[in-house]
Amino acid sequence: MLFSESFFPQRFGITTRDLENYLAEALAQGGAYADLYFEYLSSSSISIDESIVKSASQGVSLGVGVRVIAGERTGYAYSDDLSPEKIRKAARVAACIAAGPATVEKVSLHESGRRNLYPVLTAPTETAFAERVELVKRADRAARAYDARVFQAQATYFDSLRQVLVATSDGVLSWDRQPLARLNVAALARLNGGTPQRGHAGGGGRVELSFFLNDKTPEHFAAQAAREAIVMLDAVDAPAGEMTVVLGPGWPGILLHEAVGHGLEADFNRKGVSAFSGRVGQQVASRLCTVIDDGTIANRRGSLNVDDEGHPTGRNVLIENGILRGYLQDKLSSRLTGAAETGSGRRESYAHIPMPRMTNTFMLAGESDPAEIIRSVPKGLYCPDFGGGQVDITSGNFVFSAAESYLIEDGRVTRPVRNATLIGNGPEALKYVSMVGNDLKLDEGIGMCGKEGQSVPVGVGIPTIRIDRMTVGGTA
Amino acid sequence: MTGNDYSGLAVEIVRQALAAGATDAECTVSEGDEFSANVRLREVETLKEAGSRAAGLRILRGRHTGSAYTSDLSGDGVRHMVRSAIELADITTEDPHAGLPDSGELGSISGDLGMFCGDVEGLPTELKIDMARRAEDAALRADPRITNSDGASFETHVGRHVFANSRGFAGEYRSSYCSLSTVPVAREGESMERDYWYTASRGFAGLEKPEDVGRIAAARTVRRLGARKVETQKVPVVFEPRTARSLLDNIFDAVHGGAIYRNESFLAGKLGERVASESLTVIDDGTIPGLFGTSPFDDEGVPTRRTVVIEKGVLKSYLLNTYTARKLGLRTTGNASRGLAGNAGVGNGNLYIERGVAPPEQIIAGIRDGFYVTELIGFGVNIVTGDYSRGAVGLWIRGGELAFPVSEVTIAGTLPRMLMDLEAIGSDLEFRGSMAAPTLMVREMTVGGK
Repeated sequence: MLFSESFFPQRFGITTRDLENYLAEALAQGGAYADLYFEYLSSSSISIDESIVKSASQGVSLGVGVRVIAGERTGYAYSDDLSPEKIRKAARVAACIAAGPATVEKVSLHESGRRNLYPVLTAPTETAFAERVELVKRADRAARAYDARVFQAQATYFDSLRQVLVATSDGVLSWDRQPLARLNVAALARLNGGTPQRGHAGGGGRVELSFFLNDKTPEHFAAQAAREAIVMLDAVDAPAGEMTVVLGPGWPGILLHEAVGHGLEADFNRKGVSAFSGRVGQQVASRLCTVIDDGTIANRRGSLNVDDEGHPTGRNVLIENGILRGYLQDKLSSRLTGAAETGSGRRESYAHIPMPRMTNTFMLAGESDPAEIIRSVPKGLYCPDFGGGQVDITSGNFVFSAAESYLIEDGRVTRPVRNATLIGNGPEALKYVSMVGNDLKLDEGIGMCGKEGQSVPVGVGIPTIRIDRMTVGGTA
Repeated sequence: MTGNDYSGLAVEIVRQALAAGATDAECTVSEGDEFSANVRLREVETLKEAGSRAAGLRILRGRHTGSAYTSDLSGDGVRHMVRSAIELADITTEDPHAGLPDSGELGSISGDLGMFCGDVEGLPTELKIDMARRAEDAALRADPRITNSDGASFETHVGRHVFANSRGFAGEYRSSYCSLSTVPVAREGESMERDYWYTASRGFAGLEKPEDVGRIAAARTVRRLGARKVETQKVPVVFEPRTARSLLDNIFDAVHGGAIYRNESFLAGKLGERVASESLTVIDDGTIPGLFGTSPFDDEGVPTRRTVVIEKGVLKSYLLNTYTARKLGLRTTGNASRGLAGNAGVGNGNLYIERGVAPPEQIIAGIRDGFYVTELIGFGVNIVTGDYSRGAVGLWIRGGELAFPVSEVTIAGTLPRMLMDLEAIGSDLEFRGSMAAPTLMVREMTVGGK
């Protein structure tokens, strides 16, 4: 597709010449680099509660962000009005970060090569509401039908279609159409008026609506949520202290996101404030661990054709056989440190400054049989599902909270335990990985990552792994 | 943009919705101007400045709801939003409890609530940068172990909020906010730590001195150096005000009307019962002039008010909007809160724990072995069951004194037990946000470590 046939030229009449002029305005005060990020976001959500579809909403948000870089300084302004006067005004405000005569000669933009990791013909946002509302109704029915002890169910369906256009003073001109959809289900179960327990499940991706009809149905997520709530009815107090922990495959990959991912973002390392700063080439995990961040996996929630700075995303090796290989770079960090860009510059919206972020972060499969991993543990904890996590990148301490976990006694998974937080230290925790399963699984497409007030969708994945030592925050 | 008639626009949007077939409608319009300056190692790192505005509409057709929002306030943009909301009412289910507040509930409290201070507008950029620079500089100079910095930031926000509905309510208010924060990084041997401190106010004149912000941030950071992991054990736990506030956040989630009617709170059905130590009184008050949780009306056009949530340990009230109140057969407490899209949720006004009598030093002095918690991380709180397990950082209390820093541990218990076990409440209540708590001491929790 030619630029002239893409969304912004068609809808708003924006031309290459306009973009070049805006960039020239942004650089008029002597900035070394400038970029423009146009965004048109349509989104909708539908939710059901008590078997009543109580809420349905849709909306549009559009705007343009202008960034100017001068040395280590960044100027940023945005406008939610795409008229030329307002864009030029934003460009002038952003330009103020620099002081002096213009140094960049004329900008000329070149359309970049295109690929499509999410060839979605009709985005879910573009389908009939009557079809989408069925997803939450089916989820509600399925969760309630799963077991008589389920007394409450909620489901929420979200979708969005983001049209973006990036033009940079380096000459990059790229655009993308980014569909995204997700279905979340929560179930509450109770036994004879006792304490209720909650279970959660959800998933989606950059997919067509048919994904929820053929691949991962509302019934699939509803059954998972209901099953988790029912399992937790029998939970005993979680243990406290250091022990062997086995993580199940898939979403428990959030361990990697918290323990190493954030600490490897280049902004923290350039500033020397990460526990991983200056450790490239050092051993930060056991030899069994190879950790990848890959923004190019088809249809995944964390994938992007180009990052939010117009650079193609890539498959970046973060840790290879336990050795730290590199950081996730954005434009600013790679300009300042000379490192190659990794396609990791992301932002929440046109109103936000991009920074290095993860896409889909996972550990490569090993050779162990998952059943053998469980059998190898005399006493420990098995965690197949988690809630959220958080990290202090400076000390390296991170936590993630088990949503479903079980005791392992004499090599067998036995009783479920109540929710507990697991805590460890980033550069140390993965050194205790002693077995890696052959069952790598990516999560189902539910992750949202927050950093400095900006949220972006991400994915994680991991095979079954055994960690010989980790602190479990229970009470028993 | 102060010249724009957003009240007129909100009323017009409501009118268009009724003309298009809605039986009721409510519209929010908000505009805001934001500015931020970040300084790192005494140099400007980022400057950001912009303004934005958007509108949201919720309509009813009988007992069916639909909602839409847009940042395109042109005639076409607004018409598209109205059509979208009407269209969505076709797919929602009839809900007998859906609807606007009764006319008698609508209104706005009068008097100057101190939400807007004009001194935030028009501050010279150089002055704003200098505020950040002074705070960071004070931190960098405070101790030789402060070797690095994640910067300092000065931010301002000025906004206008407009709300109108088809029952005749139309109101608006302006608000302003400014804040200054800094994040020093300290190093000693292999140990590297960060912490932060900040000041925030409705007006520029209300900010604390940048030098004080930097000095406190530095002291908080340096005292974390050399932190160790302790043995797993059960001990008294003291929450300093910054972490005590997170317990208030948990209490808020547990008295939230939505969690109550769905039976997903450990406090559901406990109205009138003793749920906490007699020393605990929790109040939500959206009417206190100058504070961050203050407003003349909530996001459904109902006046804000003072609600006693917990009084001397007894649960007195949930926090409710119109919908959750109807579900529970109660009256709204004026706590409706929403963004632009969807139905109103529940939000807090100024939610705080009444101050106790003990100075924090006295609370610590009475503990032989215990844990003084200065930071909590993670999301390990289950409001349904009350199970509590979070990552914690702080100082170990030995012999009544803060003895050494501790990290990479968890604290765990259950919220129902923790509330009953509140043994001391400090006298050091201070409003630094819309939730505020003094130092709190819980008789016993499990510290998970080695």
